[in-house]
Amino acid sequence: MPEYSIFSLLRNALNGNRDWKPAWRKPDPKPRYDVIIIGGGGHGLSTAYYLAKEHGITNVAVLEKGYLGSGNVGRNTTAVRSNYLMPESIRFYEHSVKMWENLSHELNYNVMFSQRGVLNLGHTPAQLDEFARRGNAMRHLDADAVLMTPAEIKKLMPGVDISRSARFPILGGLMQWRAGTARHDAVAWGYARGADRRGVDILENCEVTGFIRDGSRVVGVTTSRGEIRAAKVAVAVAGSTGRVMRLAGIDKMPIESHVLQAFVSESIKPFLDTVVTFGMGHFYMSQSDKGGLVYGGDIDGYNSYAQRGSLQIVEDVQSEMLALFPSLAPVRVLRSWGGVCDMSMDGSPIITTGPLPGMYLNCGWCYGGFKATPASGFAFAHTIAQDRPHEINAPFTLDRFHRGHVIDDKGQGATPRLH
Amino acid sequence: MLIACPYCGPRDVAEFTYQGDGNRTRPDPASTDLGAWNEYIFDRVNVAGDHNEIWQHSGGCRSHLFVVRNTLTHKVASARLIRQAPRSVPPTRSIPETVQTALAEQALTAAHRQSKAKSVSRNLPKTVSKSAKAPPRAAANPTRKPGGAK
Repeated sequence: MPEYSIFSLLRNALNGNRDWKPAWRKPDPKPRYDVIIIGGGGHGLSTAYYLAKEHGITNVAVLEKGYLGSGNVGRNTTAVRSNYLMPESIRFYEHSVKMWENLSHELNYNVMFSQRGVLNLGHTPAQLDEFARRGNAMRHLDADAVLMTPAEIKKLMPGVDISRSARFPILGGLMQWRAGTARHDAVAWGYARGADRRGVDILENCEVTGFIRDGSRVVGVTTSRGEIRAAKVAVAVAGSTGRVMRLAGIDKMPIESHVLQAFVSESIKPFLDTVVTFGMGHFYMSQSDKGGLVYGGDIDGYNSYAQRGSLQIVEDVQSEMLALFPSLAPVRVLRSWGGVCDMSMDGSPIITTGPLPGMYLNCGWCYGGFKATPASGFAFAHTIAQDRPHEINAPFTLDRFHRGHVIDDKGQGATPRLH
Repeated sequence: MLIACPYCGPRDVAEFTYQGDGNRTRPDPASTDLGAWNEYIFDRVNVAGDHNEIWQHSGGCRSHLFVVRNTLTHKVASARLIRQAPRSVPPTRSIPETVQTALAEQALTAAHRQSKAKSVSRNLPKTVSKSAKAPPRAAANPTRKPGGAK
């Protein structure tokens, strides 16, 4: 019987909530595991979950340097979508959207996945042509996409300025209705509980300080909680990829760490029931169930591990919001924060075996890793268990850059700050 | 964040444009060493701490600057004109060549399996060898794509 159900709710309501168990244990590290996953974020936890569930590998440790969910999985703007152009990207992210659709049932944990749609706004005829092209590419690979007219957009979002006198008049949009948002903390907690109940040890406050090597092979890690050995060591540390790989003796990676800021406004009445992106700059917004507007824009554009950004991006993002929704001018910003993004050289992730024997690597998510959480864990678990990639992550190798097979959705080249 | 421009003095970061990592050395333009070019274009040291970078005072005197800035604290240690930048960069360790070859072979096997399954084959190479490296594919979409939700 599922742990959370109407019956368990009723039972606990009647007996003073004494039957609930902690969602995950706080075990001490064992000296040896089959698999160590470095990084207790969304991707690390989902990898542990799918290793246990799909591949029967339960002697697994997830090492988290802080508390569970303290990194980007609790710092993002929660959009889930697959509106990409390159076939490799569409296949991967569409796989993820399909997994999101059943995730609450899968985990017996309400991740509040809400398919409220993601709408890209277009402001020039060329953008609409590009939308048609991208929409067709998506539909060709089983994702959904429709073009919307300004009148339809106005009906969907009464607050938007579609007048011809707007600073950037809206000519149309590309909508993916199956896209949406999810509750990011619940995703981390749900995967953590699912993995824990199958026997995975989640070790919090356990920072990796070095790798134990046997020749070139990685055979374990030293941590702030002692030495832990394993046949397979997987790295899923997002913005800290450069630092962790340096511990393994690799100084150069096709990754730069940048800071992305996000904002939440005070709660207002229902204003926007979809996710909208601005096409004449970089801005995206949705409204949370609590009523706060959750929004953000460009990354700051310089290397940073600081989890905070500069004021000019704050101003930039607010002005983009007002260009779209002039009526939001009196709404106050409640809080803002920054997260460290592992920007790859082509804007696409890396999920692969290597780069050292005994090591497995999951990184390069740029600022879009949250939506990939289920598929990333699913594919990474497959890669770890079988020592070869699943077909959905086969193109996302580390050596694709040197082989000249980059997956550059945006066509920006090796300029991470522009992806 | 303030950057002390040698001409203009300390100015707000909003006046500056980030030009990227200052640790890279461009190979001789006549060089045909693919490995060196690949490393120059794609690989970064991504330092957590004092980081060498190139900035331009685009909203001021337009000088290109060589800046040492801490990526953990955002504190700028020094900013000088680019022509005064140090020429040498510290040696770094990258992925060993033997491991890279093994990885390329692995990818090749995956590519064959993929093409048999008639999926995801378009962008994977039929052959990969040292003598016949495929040239980088041209960017499929040169126009700037409008921002997607993150």
